[in-house]
Amino acid sequence: MKRALKRCSATHQQGRLDAPVLLSVTLLVTLFTVLPMLLSITAGLSNNFTRGVASGLTTRWIVEVWSLYGSTVWSSVLLALSCMVLVLCIGVPCAWALARSESRAARVFEDLLTLPVAVPGLASALALILAYGELRGFRQSFLFILAGHVVFTLPFMVRTASAAFARPDLQSLDEAARSLGASFLQRFFGVLVPAVAPSIVAGSLMVFTLSVGEFNLTWMLHTPLTRTLPVGLADSYASMRIEIGSAYTLVFFTVILPILWAMQAVARWTEKAYGSKLG
Amino acid sequence: MDQNLANGAEPFNAAPSTRIEVMECAKTYVGGVQALCPTSLTVQPGEVLALLGPSGCGKTTLLRVIAGLIDPDRGGRIAFNGKDVTVRPIEKRSVGMVFQHYALFPQMTVEGNIGYGLRVRGVPAPQIRRRVGEVIDLVRLTGLEKRRPAQLSGGQRQRVALARAVAVQPRVLLLDEPLTALDAKLKEALRDELAQLLRELHITAVHVTHDQTEALAIADRLAVMQAGRIVQVGRGEDLYRQPGHPFVAEFLGRVNRLQRDPTANAGVALGGVELACPAALHRQTTLLVRPEDVQIHLGTAPPFAAQGTSWGQARVLQRSFLGNRVQLRLMVLGQADVLVSDQPRDCAAAVNDTVHITIDPACLMPASLNAVSC
Repeated sequence: MKRALKRCSATHQQGRLDAPVLLSVTLLVTLFTVLPMLLSITAGLSNNFTRGVASGLTTRWIVEVWSLYGSTVWSSVLLALSCMVLVLCIGVPCAWALARSESRAARVFEDLLTLPVAVPGLASALALILAYGELRGFRQSFLFILAGHVVFTLPFMVRTASAAFARPDLQSLDEAARSLGASFLQRFFGVLVPAVAPSIVAGSLMVFTLSVGEFNLTWMLHTPLTRTLPVGLADSYASMRIEIGSAYTLVFFTVILPILWAMQAVARWTEKAYGSKLG
Repeated sequence: MDQNLANGAEPFNAAPSTRIEVMECAKTYVGGVQALCPTSLTVQPGEVLALLGPSGCGKTTLLRVIAGLIDPDRGGRIAFNGKDVTVRPIEKRSVGMVFQHYALFPQMTVEGNIGYGLRVRGVPAPQIRRRVGEVIDLVRLTGLEKRRPAQLSGGQRQRVALARAVAVQPRVLLLDEPLTALDAKLKEALRDELAQLLRELHITAVHVTHDQTEALAIADRLAVMQAGRIVQVGRGEDLYRQPGHPFVAEFLGRVNRLQRDPTANAGVALGGVELACPAALHRQTTLLVRPEDVQIHLGTAPPFAAQGTSWGQARVLQRSFLGNRVQLRLMVLGQADVLVSDQPRDCAAAVNDTVHITIDPACLMPASLNAVSC
């Protein structure tokens, strides 16, 4: 009994000791991650990066970035939104089919679908260029980059949504709707998709984020007239002052963060409205 | 609940009652596992039939075959009122289903759930509102129309599931363990409610359950299933009193086993006396008897009032007070048999008392029959 008490108090002390250690580790990791961002933002607002904030604050780098690369910001946002819509249209029905199918072919297809995530973006891009590079109109338009982004982000949506569709209660919901006389389309859009809406929204958020920041594949697929934000960023880092590159990062944050916050708010709302599972 | 009927209005379910015929339906899954042996069964119009059996006995498979969610093996047929519906999918079979975990649409309100079947059928909105209102009254959910399933208790969810199934006036109602997810007390209350509702609706219903009390309370007839086949069909009372199969006897309630040696004597030895053995049981080496049929008498001498009855002796091994009754474990004197006897709750027998016991030979049941197989 005494020994048990001793052990209990030791565990308790251990718990009290753990807290400051864990807090310190968390703070250190956070600082390590946030510091580069802060430095980058400061650099984008400083007159001279080497002398830091002491050189005085300015917005001229931001103005310059906007005039040089402003179009890439909207291209990227539009591209990511289009990619999200396309992946939704293709990925959600595909996820349902994969979740319901028990055939071996479906499992093989699922593995193949994940390949573009494992294969380096450069290789996927090269394959796309080899296959469709000759289609001039397609090759020179944003549609070519969009195709690349869809190939790259589709598995994320399919995986997320098919895991949700595979829930056993979903099969009962489907059967209940069938017994009430609902056709496949009525069931799919009226019962099944709303039941997995939180997962679909989470998947969409992931697709948007991945598409907006995608560089590897886009760098290979872009033309001087079809540049996205990350490609522009690489260009500015490579060919301009570090302050311009940093200001570009700041612009990126300013444009993307509100969109991500808004999308996360939608995700939270969906979780609240549709996420209530039954016990 | 019975407002419609009390007001003299037409009963809610105006759809004519349907006879269900299952003809030689079997189900073999990929890999050769036979979940259901060739089975035939008729459910009369307006009848409530319970498919009763332990898990894995094929009762849910049979229900899903009737529903149209599973196709039977080649040769099996399902007919509603004589019309073959085997190839008709569940969407077109007009069956109402209540699932074990209710399968309520989580994003819809109570009235949204109940009206779903009518909406997908394209029924005009005012008519849907009226019908949903009627069904909500019927299952006593008034005031909860705007709630989501997650905001309801288990019993309320069960009622919504039932209301949703009957709102479309199905030809038959199929219930797949509808009370299993509820706790014991609620289950009892809802069991009685469900039984009453099914009578009021006068709808043909098939009710799957592994709980014999539930089956006895709700169903007009029971089909007891074991290892993919129906062992016996009949009224609950008949099945309990005169089971045609030892499995039925054991599944429908507790039984005692009494050993006998058919070669040594024609009767049944019981604590120093010999009871008459019914002719039909002469070959049996083991007999079954229900605890409530083991009668006891306290006191030093056997009761003279019951002349003609042989009273043996037994010692009380254990006495358990179960609230509404007392259960005794009795060691039959001179035999290896231990019998359980249910007695009224004021039974004075104590542990180690010697008591007189007897069994009405008419209550003895056989313990063996040909082995069950497809």
